[in-house]
Amino acid sequence: MSAIVVSELRKSYDGLEAVRGISFTVEPGEVFGLLGPNGAGKTTTVEILEGYREATAGEVSVLGFDPGRAERAFRERIGVVLQHSELWPNLTVRETHAVFAGYYERPRDVDEVVELVGLAEKAGAPVKTLSGGQKRRLDLGVALVGDPELLFLDEPTTGFDPAARRAAWEMIRSLRALGKTIVLTTHYLDEAQQLADRVAVLVEGRIVRMGSPAELIGGSLGVEIRYRRGGEDVVVQTEEPTRVLHELTAEAVAAGVELEGLEVRRATLEDVYLELVDGEAGA
Amino acid sequence: MRLFWHQLKTEQRVFWRNREAAIFIFVFPLMLFMLLGAVYSGTIDGHPAADVLLAGMFGYGAANTAFAGIAIQLVIRREMGVLKRLRSTPLPAATYLSAALASTLAVFVLQTVVLFALGRAVYGSHVPDRVGSLVLVVLIGAAGFSGIGLATAALIRSAEGSSAVVNVILLPMAFLSGSFGPTRRYPDVLQAIGDVLPLTYFIEIVKAVYLDGEHAWSEPGAIAVVLAWGLAGVLVAARRFRWEPRAR
Repeated sequence: MSAIVVSELRKSYDGLEAVRGISFTVEPGEVFGLLGPNGAGKTTTVEILEGYREATAGEVSVLGFDPGRAERAFRERIGVVLQHSELWPNLTVRETHAVFAGYYERPRDVDEVVELVGLAEKAGAPVKTLSGGQKRRLDLGVALVGDPELLFLDEPTTGFDPAARRAAWEMIRSLRALGKTIVLTTHYLDEAQQLADRVAVLVEGRIVRMGSPAELIGGSLGVEIRYRRGGEDVVVQTEEPTRVLHELTAEAVAAGVELEGLEVRRATLEDVYLELVDGEAGA
Repeated sequence: MRLFWHQLKTEQRVFWRNREAAIFIFVFPLMLFMLLGAVYSGTIDGHPAADVLLAGMFGYGAANTAFAGIAIQLVIRREMGVLKRLRSTPLPAATYLSAALASTLAVFVLQTVVLFALGRAVYGSHVPDRVGSLVLVVLIGAAGFSGIGLATAALIRSAEGSSAVVNVILLPMAFLSGSFGPTRRYPDVLQAIGDVLPLTYFIEIVKAVYLDGEHAWSEPGAIAVVLAWGLAGVLVAARRFRWEPRAR
């Protein structure tokens, strides 16, 4: 059984359609990325799956539940990291985890979770003394303490420095290794590319592309070759990099010159994404 | 039930850890009592001044702890996103709210006990003889004023404004209802306003029990008014209360 099934989901606020008929499924153990610019409907979609909002139309099933009914059995099995939320400033990191652990029937060991999210050194520190990145890890810790099988992460690394982001990615990978199903929203393309098994690109409430990061990239621009000649940058985009590169280098060797700044680069998800977003916005 | 105790313990810990709130909610009425007790002496309406002031402060404590405490706390938690976050856990909304109310009740009970102890020790006010009735009075006050607190929390829109709005309601109400001394000499208009406020009726009940040694139920009309205000508050809250912060 799929962990999440969404079909023809629509959501309007005061006549304004934020989500315009999207469908996707997420399989158990999969990391599914919802990628898109601000206002694309990512958070609205996730908040419907979490049970915060009612769909205007369409079908949604999460772990076999209708999330709109917000049953306790459903909430026992999900973990949520919201885009913005704070916790009690005067409780310590450990106390906060213990409070959340108390809400679940079979919580994980509190100290183990504090350790897992890298806050062991801060276990006794009041929440108000944490940095932004540490608070985000606290959010992740309290989402994990109930030992959920399905995790929703709404922009989990926004505001992280590069090192903290790498650490968070490692953590998310280790959760995946534990067999957790993860739904991740992000506007960081590298994040989706690094973490997600499959990505849905959401633009203005519609899914414009869906597939594994490799599929999304493969179905597009191909490879980019750059070099400098006579002080001018030359950029060649090609579907046949081997042939083009061979011709270029053969020519240079024959002429006895060096191809300055030679660079061969596969398109990244970012290129695909920008192409998609621009295409949609222009349409 | 386990969840209720867990949440009650959490609420208590959060309350006492927050020194500013604990001082405003718990200490402030006691401090006011000490100040007023130092300036009034002799008798008021045939009762020792300290006893009359204590009854007024008992009422102020109910409004301050249950009404202001609940309203400010819920608005701040809502705007911080704590309430929204808790909604995705298995903790039922009803359990959360009842634990928050019970926690407030616990603070109010402790405050009332300290009030009587201070009154006895410092100003020689008399020890209440109808303790059972007094417990009932505490419950009536907590029910009535926390109901109004819930409604106020539902109507306040931002965390920054919450304590200002609450104080604008609380202090004039306390003044007009006689928390700080008898209202007999107030202008008619002010007395008329006082006549519709729940705190006026609550103080009436406290006085009947504490000063006159009556049973709590000797004032059914006043009890009905206090509880009706509470019920009206719950109805407003049921229609208007949101768990989520305003959209950013």
